[in-house]
Amino acid sequence: MKIGIVVFPGTWSESDTFYATKDILGFKTEYIWHKDQKLSNIDLVILPGGFSYGDYLRTGAIASFSPIIEQVIDFANKGGPVIGICNGFQILCESKLLPGILIKNKDLSFVCEWSNLKVNNDSIFTSEFKNDELIKIPISHGEGNYQAETNIINKLEDENRIIFRYSSSDGDLNEDSNPNGSINNIAGITNKKGNVLGMMPHPEKACEKLIGGDDGLGIFKSVIKKVING
Amino acid sequence: MVNEETLKELALSMSEYELIVDKLGREPNGLELGLFGALWSEHCGYKHTKRLLRTIKSNSKYTLTEAGEENAGAVNIGDNKAIVMKIESHNHPSAVEPYEGAATGVGGIVRDIFAMGARPIALLNSLRFSDLNNDRNFQIAKGVVEGISGYGNCLGIPNIGGECLFDESYDNNPLVNAMCVGLVDADSILSAKAENPGDLLIIIGAETGRDGIHGASGLASQNFEETVELRSAVQVGNPFLEKLLIEACLEIAQLDELVGMQDCGAAGITSAAIEMAERSNLGLSLDVSKVPVREKGMTPYEIMLSESQERMLIAVRKNEYNKIFEVLDKWDLKCSIIGEFIKDKDVLIYNRNELISRTSIETLTSPPEYDLSKISNGFRPNYKKIQIKDSYKSFNENTVKDFIEKIISSDNLVSKKSIYKKYDHHVQTNTVIEPGSDSSVIRIKGTDKMLAFSCDGNSRLCAVDPKVGSEINIAEACRNISVTGATPIALTDGLNFGDPTKPKGAFQLLETFKGFNNACEVFDTPIISGNASLFNEGHTSSINPTPIIGAMGIMSQKIRIPDKGFSKEGHKIGVIGKNAWGTNIGLSGSEFQRIFDKDLSGEISIDLSFEKMIQENIRTLIFKNLIMSAHDVSVGGLITALILSCEQNNLGAQIDKSIPDNWAGALFGEDQSRIIFSYEEKDKNKISNILNDSDWHEIGTVTNRNIKFENILLESESLFLRYNKGFSRDI
Repeated sequence: MKIGIVVFPGTWSESDTFYATKDILGFKTEYIWHKDQKLSNIDLVILPGGFSYGDYLRTGAIASFSPIIEQVIDFANKGGPVIGICNGFQILCESKLLPGILIKNKDLSFVCEWSNLKVNNDSIFTSEFKNDELIKIPISHGEGNYQAETNIINKLEDENRIIFRYSSSDGDLNEDSNPNGSINNIAGITNKKGNVLGMMPHPEKACEKLIGGDDGLGIFKSVIKKVING
Repeated sequence: MVNEETLKELALSMSEYELIVDKLGREPNGLELGLFGALWSEHCGYKHTKRLLRTIKSNSKYTLTEAGEENAGAVNIGDNKAIVMKIESHNHPSAVEPYEGAATGVGGIVRDIFAMGARPIALLNSLRFSDLNNDRNFQIAKGVVEGISGYGNCLGIPNIGGECLFDESYDNNPLVNAMCVGLVDADSILSAKAENPGDLLIIIGAETGRDGIHGASGLASQNFEETVELRSAVQVGNPFLEKLLIEACLEIAQLDELVGMQDCGAAGITSAAIEMAERSNLGLSLDVSKVPVREKGMTPYEIMLSESQERMLIAVRKNEYNKIFEVLDKWDLKCSIIGEFIKDKDVLIYNRNELISRTSIETLTSPPEYDLSKISNGFRPNYKKIQIKDSYKSFNENTVKDFIEKIISSDNLVSKKSIYKKYDHHVQTNTVIEPGSDSSVIRIKGTDKMLAFSCDGNSRLCAVDPKVGSEINIAEACRNISVTGATPIALTDGLNFGDPTKPKGAFQLLETFKGFNNACEVFDTPIISGNASLFNEGHTSSINPTPIIGAMGIMSQKIRIPDKGFSKEGHKIGVIGKNAWGTNIGLSGSEFQRIFDKDLSGEISIDLSFEKMIQENIRTLIFKNLIMSAHDVSVGGLITALILSCEQNNLGAQIDKSIPDNWAGALFGEDQSRIIFSYEEKDKNKISNILNDSDWHEIGTVTNRNIKFENILLESESLFLRYNKGFSRDI
C-alpha cells in the first residue's frame, strides 16, 4: 500500500496530508512533484489543498494542464482511487475527472471553520462511517461553491454520488448550514465509477483529538481498506 | 547644495544632511542621498529609539539571539527546537492602500522568519481602527482584513489569533501589526551574515520594479496629510511567489554552501545588503546592472531603493552556488549574483563598469541617535481627574441593563469571528486553541510541548499613563498566556507612536520603556524582537501611544487547558484578584469611559508582583487540573468577562451578590490582575490552599441560563445575540 501526494507550486496541504496518512495512520506515503512524468507503484493518489500555481486563471486551472495530471487521469481511468481535497477538488473539476464547477462563496468571503458534514456511506471513501452519520471537518476556501447544470445535479442525486453535504449540528440540510452556497449543500462528490472523490472540506485537518477532532481519518481508512482488501 | 524639498522627501533634516556632508567630507551624490535617507530612517536606523532599545531586557536563559542582531529573535524551547518570532507594523502603507498595505505587511514579517531558516508556523495580528460608522475607516478596516486574508491564506501558515480594537485616535491612521512565529532546529538557525571576503551576494525571487520607493523613509516618516500622493510608494504583493520563496529558502537553508540569508524588505537592497555587510564586519561591492528588473530604464537609485516584495538576499561561498541554483530552478525562481563581500568596510556600487558610489559602511549605518529626554524636556502630561457622574453612584435596574447591553454591543467587545473566519487557522494541523480565546495555542509535533500566543496593547490605558499602561500591556499579555496554563517566556513589541520629535511623543516613548523595563524584569520575559512605527499622526492628532506586546508561553501537552467559558451547570465561579466591588477603581481609560463619557481621564495602577503571583497561582491550579475554565478580566470589566464566560457554552450564572450603588466601577471597571474561573465544588479546599496569598472569592454558581444577581436578572439570550451579531458594520 503506497499513497502518493501530488505537490504543485503553491500547494500547502501536502505535509498535513502526509502527517495524517503516514504519521497517524502509518501507511507508506510519498510526495509526487508536479513536474514528474509518472506515478510509480502508487495505490492511492491525493491532490491536496492549497493555491496551485497561485490559482491564477481559475482555481485549479493551470494545475490541470501539468504533466502529472495526465498520469493522474490515466490512473483514475484505470480505476485507481483518487481524492481531491479543496484545491484538489477544483483541479479534478478542471481536468474533467469530476463534473461541475467551484465558484466564489456566495458571500464572496474566504471561510475557515469547522463544518458538520452528513455522510453518505455508499462509497469506497466512506465505508467506515454509518449512513447519515454527522462528522466534523474544517473547511478553508474562498471558492467552494459547487455548481453544475441541473441534469448533472439530478444525475449525482440519482446515482447517489453526493458523498458529503454541509449540515447543521442537528443534521438539518438548509441554507443556514450551507457555508458557501453550494447546490444541495454539496461538500463532496464522486465520479460515476466511484473511484474519484472531490471534497472541499479538509479531512487531513481533522486527524487528532488534540486539534479538535479526528473524523477525517475515516475517509483515508475507508479507501485504504478498499485498496488492501481489493 | 541640496534643497529642503528633496530632504523632506527623504525624511532627512538639514542638520542630518550637514552631518552626512561632514562625515563624507563631500556632498553626497543623488544615489548616496537616497541611501542615507533609507538607512537613517526611523525604520532602519532607529534614531529615536535606539538608545531606549539598548536599555531593555532582551536576554534570558531561553534566548538564542541578541536583540536587533538578526531578522527576528529566537528562544530555545528544548528538544533542540527554537522558536523565532517578531511583530512588525505596516501602518502607513495600510492607510494609503489598505489591501496591499496589509498584505505586504504579512509578506514582510513572514520573510523575516524564514530568513532565519525557520518554518513559519503561526501568524497573529493586532489591528486598530477608528469608528466603523465613518466610511473611510470602514473602507480601511475591510481592506486590511481582506489583505491579510488574501495574502496569508495562500501561504499555508495558520493565522491563529490576535486582536482588533477601535478608538477615535486611529481616525485615518489604522495600525496593522503582524506577528509571525517560526520553528527551526536550535542548532540550525541561519544568520543574516556573510562569513568571508569573496562570499557572493545573490538576490532571489521577484524582479525589482519601481514600487515602494521611499517606503521606509517617506511613508514611515511623514504625516498623513501628505500621503495622498504616495500611492506609488505602496508595494503590491504576490503571495504565490512568497510561498515559492518560503519553500525554496527553507530547502536552501539545509545546504552547507549557504552562508547567510536576509529579507529584502523596507528600504530594499540598500538596507538588506548594507546591513548584511555591517553585521558581517565586511564591505560590499555591488553592481546594480546585475539586479533583474521589471522594466527598462530603471536608475541605480530606483534599483537600490525599490521595495518590491518577495525578494531575498543570500550570501553564498564563492563558486559554490550550483546546488543552490538547482533548488531555485526546481521552484522556478529567478536569481542573480549581484555582488561580493569585500575586506574593506566600504560599500562600492557599480553600474556595469562604472563606480557610482563609494562610502564607508560605518558612515551609512550610524545615523545620529536622538536623546528623547532632551526633546521631552519640560513636558508635563495633562492628567485629568476622573469625574464619576452621580448616576453611576446610585443603582437603577433599567439604567444598568441599558449600559450592559450597550457595552456588549460595542465594536471593541463583540465577537471578532467575522474577521478570523476569513483566516485559515487550521493548516499545519497544530492548532489546539483557535482564535477567539485569551490566547491561541499550538502544539509542536515531535515534542511534548504546546505554545500559547497572545497579542495585547491597551492604548487607552497608555494614553492615560504610558508607563503604567505599558506595564499593564505586558502583564495582560502574560496573563492571557497564563490562563491557558502556559508560562510566558518571551515577548516581541510593536511600538506604534506619534511624532517623537514633539515633546509629547518623546515623553510617551520614554515612559513606555520605563514600564517595559519594570514589567520585563518582574515577569522574567525578555523582549526578543520588535519594530517601531513612529509619526502616526492621523489627520488631526497623534494616535494613542500603542505599544503592542506579542507574548509566547510554553507548556506540556499533558496539561488540560481550561475552557475560556463555563462548561457545566453547578460548577462554582471564582474571581482571583483584589476585590473592587463597590468602588470606582478601574474606570480610568476603560471602555465604559470611552463609550459613555467620551473621556480619557483619571489614574491607573498595577501591582506587578501581585500580578506575577496570581499568574503563578492560576498556572498551578491548571497544572493540578483543579479548574474547569479561566478567563482574563479586561476590557469591559467583570460583567463582560462574566457574560463571555457564560456565552461560550450557552450557560448562565447565579451571582451571590447585589450590584452595589457604585455599580459602574463594580461591573465595568477594568482594574488589573483579575481572572474569572470555574471549578467543581469538591475542589474548593485544594484551590483555597493554593490561592492562599492571592485575594480570591467564590462569587456564585454556573446555571443553565441567564445571569442573576440578588437584585437584578439579565436575560442571557439577548446579550449573547448582541455579542454574536458582530461589528456594527460587517468587515
